[in-house]
Amino acid sequence: MSGALVFAWSGVVLFSLGLFGFIVHRHLLRRLLAFNIMGSGAFLVLVGLAQDGRGVDPVPHAMVITGIVVAVASTALALVVFRRWYRASGRTDLPEDT
Amino acid sequence: MKPRVIFVGLLCLAVAGALGWAVLERTLPAENLPERVAEAMPQSGVDHPITAVLLNFRGYDTLLEIAVLLLAVVVALALREAQPDRPEAMGLENPLLRAVMAWLLPLILITTGFLLWAGAYQPGGAFQAGSVLAAGGLLLRLAGVTTAWLDNPAVLRTGLAMGLLTFLAVGLLVMLPGVPFLTYPVEHAGTLILLIELTLTLSIGLTLISLFRLTPPYADDPEEARDGPASRNGDTTS
Repeated sequence: MSGALVFAWSGVVLFSLGLFGFIVHRHLLRRLLAFNIMGSGAFLVLVGLAQDGRGVDPVPHAMVITGIVVAVASTALALVVFRRWYRASGRTDLPEDT
Repeated sequence: MKPRVIFVGLLCLAVAGALGWAVLERTLPAENLPERVAEAMPQSGVDHPITAVLLNFRGYDTLLEIAVLLLAVVVALALREAQPDRPEAMGLENPLLRAVMAWLLPLILITTGFLLWAGAYQPGGAFQAGSVLAAGGLLLRLAGVTTAWLDNPAVLRTGLAMGLLTFLAVGLLVMLPGVPFLTYPVEHAGTLILLIELTLTLSIGLTLISLFRLTPPYADDPEEARDGPASRNGDTTS
């Protein structure tokens, strides 16, 4: 029981660290990295809480593996979009941020 | 330190505290999902609960996830600039990499097949196998091996869409006897899931490789973009 909570709390810490980085940084790549750290934290919370004393719950595990693949694809798509943005504008941040 | 950073730091600490408290004080879900999955396992056609949830009990989620993957790669393809795929510019100048690849590639393919097959009774399945397959493809590309066959639009599009189309076709065909969408007949569930997973593996691997190929490591300066690609490639092509 407490072992599962350690995973969930690590996920909470990762999520908050990612949130901090996401708000503080302006560079799009740093924001993408921070967003991925937030996502990893959310996955860790889901996996950690899937062990609640009634045995391991396979449903959140299946959800997390789905989420990981979608996160990889969306990260790659974000990188493609960022490169186009940089080539088009020469900026590494968004105008409304500054 | 800027006051803004301190403010955001305090805010995120508060978020962490609230989330940690919520994790500690959570209530157990009313529905006992592990028990219900264990009860339904004999009808699923596979022996591993996560694979059963992914491809049978909650097949809808996985179907839509594959659709999201396809959407991501289609958007990335649409945003691609008309730049030639030059594997020789991509490859690392490292003869050792090619030598190691000759050893690694068969192992990668065997691991892909094993993970795909193992998904029926232990951790594994289409996503893990597809990721390993994509890693093999990326290694090939880093070693400078040409992947020009992926430039053929028909081959690329068929490969990318194959997983989703097979999944959809199976889900629709099982409706013929009058059961709901994606409800596999119990006696054929194992075979159908394996067929879906096989095509999903190939499509996921191809999707990840294509996404990687769409961001070739050329100089990205806006000045060069303004001058046009001719000056960018001028040193090698002319």
